[in-house]
Amino acid sequence: MHLSDFSQAVSLKHLCGPTADDFDGVYVGDLLSRAMSHIQAGNLWITIMNNINVVAVASLTEAAAVILAENVSLTPDVFEAANEKGIAIYSSCESAYDLCVSIAKSADEHQ
Amino acid sequence: MRVTNMSEAIRFHFDVDGENFSSAGEASVMVKKKLRQLGFSPDVMRRVSIAMYEGEINMVIHAHGGTADVIVGEDAIEIILADKGPGIPDINKAMQEGFSTASDNIRALGFGAGMGLPNMKKYTDYMQIDTEIGVGTTITMRVNY
Repeated sequence: MHLSDFSQAVSLKHLCGPTADDFDGVYVGDLLSRAMSHIQAGNLWITIMNNINVVAVASLTEAAAVILAENVSLTPDVFEAANEKGIAIYSSCESAYDLCVSIAKSADEHQ
Repeated sequence: MRVTNMSEAIRFHFDVDGENFSSAGEASVMVKKKLRQLGFSPDVMRRVSIAMYEGEINMVIHAHGGTADVIVGEDAIEIILADKGPGIPDINKAMQEGFSTASDNIRALGFGAGMGLPNMKKYTDYMQIDTEIGVGTTITMRVNY
């Protein structure tokens, strides 16, 4: 699956870290312990959590990219950490649910 | 981080800063990187880093930090987390998924869901908790490979 397949539909904005495109599966969740044990390597992680520990969890789980739903913004320390650890972080004005709907639609279209 | 390479094992030592949530997880990320360099499988790296990350976060939340030692042995990776925090009054309760004594501030950061110790147990092959009220807690975990 590719971010570029639905990025326009959800007005995806690249915030920091490298740019990403390929991903394999999606995880949605904000509780970091849950996320930590359920995100699979290569997953796209959708969350509204925007503190610095998101970078550590994304890095440890080898998530392909993080999308912050509902236009959640980032503080400079998270910016810096994501750039340093090479974690791709994006934001979208859509809710986690609407992001998933768009991703599912684009997956169907590109099958 | 200090690395000691003895004949029988490679050992990593970290000080976990208790005042700094932003560096919580640094040691786990570093260990994962080292294990990758040593050629460990993704499954072993994942289990070690999840268990260690949860432990690091616990030490920051509850114990003002501590130390983390990781020993790469012949057939297992041992993680020893030691703190001088308040100790755990009821280990059985603390081991229940969903039980947490973390503050609302901590919950707002996405922690304190009562998954820390259960996750550590779930992802390791062996876990022992030595705790004394007012003295501290040492957790020893092993991941076999």
